[in-house]
Amino acid sequence: MSEAIGVAGVEAGQGSITIRGIGKTYRTGKTNFRALGNIDLDIGANEFVTILGPSGCGKSTLLRIVAGLEESNEGVINVDGDTVVGPGADRGMVFQGYTLFPWLTVRQNIEYGPKLKGVSILDRRAISNRYLRITRLESFASRFPKQLSGGMKQRVAIARALANGPKVLLMDEPFGALDAQTKLEMQEALLEVWEREKTTVLFITHDIDEAIFLSQRIVVMGAGPGHIVREFPVTLPAERTSDVREHPDFLKLRREIAALLKHKEE
Amino acid sequence: MSKPNPSLGVPIAGKVNLEAETSSSAVSAAKARKRHTMQIFEDIPKRSFGITATISFLVMIGIWSILSYGQLVNPIFLPTPDKVFTTMIKLLGTSDYWNHIGISIFRVSAGFMLACLVAIPIGLFAGTYRFGEAFIEPPMEFIRYMPAVAFIPLIMVWAGIGESAKILLIFTGCFFQLVLMVASDTRLVSKDLVQASFTLGASRWQAIQTVIIPAVQPRLLNTLRLMLGWAWTYLVVAELVAVNSGLGYAIMKAQRFLNTEQIFVGIIVIGLLGLISDRIFAFLNRRLYPWA
Repeated sequence: MSEAIGVAGVEAGQGSITIRGIGKTYRTGKTNFRALGNIDLDIGANEFVTILGPSGCGKSTLLRIVAGLEESNEGVINVDGDTVVGPGADRGMVFQGYTLFPWLTVRQNIEYGPKLKGVSILDRRAISNRYLRITRLESFASRFPKQLSGGMKQRVAIARALANGPKVLLMDEPFGALDAQTKLEMQEALLEVWEREKTTVLFITHDIDEAIFLSQRIVVMGAGPGHIVREFPVTLPAERTSDVREHPDFLKLRREIAALLKHKEE
Repeated sequence: MSKPNPSLGVPIAGKVNLEAETSSSAVSAAKARKRHTMQIFEDIPKRSFGITATISFLVMIGIWSILSYGQLVNPIFLPTPDKVFTTMIKLLGTSDYWNHIGISIFRVSAGFMLACLVAIPIGLFAGTYRFGEAFIEPPMEFIRYMPAVAFIPLIMVWAGIGESAKILLIFTGCFFQLVLMVASDTRLVSKDLVQASFTLGASRWQAIQTVIIPAVQPRLLNTLRLMLGWAWTYLVVAELVAVNSGLGYAIMKAQRFLNTEQIFVGIIVIGLLGLISDRIFAFLNRRLYPWA
């Protein structure tokens, strides 16, 4: 088990998600609120897919259902053919709020998942060293979360999720609470990490630029009940630096998506 | 100035105005500074805090001194500070008094620790599961409004008048409150952290062990600190009935002889013991949970 985690790259090729007919209805007293209706979506192994939509379109609910933190009323989700019945280590998650364990140091936070699995202390050290290096947190290994900035906390959260060797990484507006500059830095850092780890990423955001910059494919969702409006492939070079934001294709895609979202609002 | 020369009056008036202005601006600046120390929730320098606390103690002793030295109150009811102080020195010089202190500390610790031992797991259970809350809390809410003092006759029937009866009374006084407070502390643990642990592969039991228990500890320690204060209160109640040792007994005995100095000493010693235990808890909290 420990070897499989130590070299996360070996698991590349896994991590496909199939979402079939997912629907979610909240019952509050006598009134029903249909948050999601009949969602179908396929995400390939190692793909970086972003779900983009206005707040209240149910995109976070969908992600939480994939994570197993919420139950759907209809439909089924499979990850590599296994039906999702609850949260599990195969689907790592990064939340918008900083959910680091405040009583653990940065290193201990990263080692949390492997420790639960019973990975030996030496192998755990190797894993945490690797992810501290990838997320450039080496010099903060023994700090407590309260001593870190928001951007650094989310770096740790990403490292913690990846150190557990998940098949897919679910990210629920992870950079939503960060300032504009930090947000851009984090987006580049995330791409860098994804390039190395090649895990499947399902990313939620309402920021069009963020969606285009990060993903290979954008799924636009609309509200009432939450449904998929359209998909956009992102045909930008795989190697992305901040220059990409000036690329004609980037700007064209941004116009298209903005027009679509505006049209939906009207 | 009753009939000022108009040609002079203007500059004088102007000068007066100017003075008024500067003094009023000085006042408003002073006001601004003053408001600064009275900002809602804002920190004040550590030194100011210490000075203010000292002044507050001095004010208390000052009022006491005026009332007692000024003979405003009959000295039998309110002895003078120096008399209480000399009595305290005298009493603390006897081994008898230290025995009282020792037995009181023993009773409080035993009753309090017993209550913690039983109440903390039950409180964690009630706080973690809705089912636990439904099962545990309604009866506890009901019992906690019954005054512990009213249990004394019952406890004497059950446990007699020996040591166990006193410990049992302190236990009864603390237990029900403690269960509810621990449950409430547990419910304050961030649900997001628990969910994060699930997405990292934790089972339900692992989530309790690795998230809820560490997360609740700083708040729990603070709850214990508050509860220990209550335990001291119940101790005195327990020692007012059928005992021949302990600080409560010392106070009772002093009352019989109208020895108000000794009553004061007893109360002050209990206060000091409470303060010491409180400081120990505060120290532990800083020491054990630097991350909080």
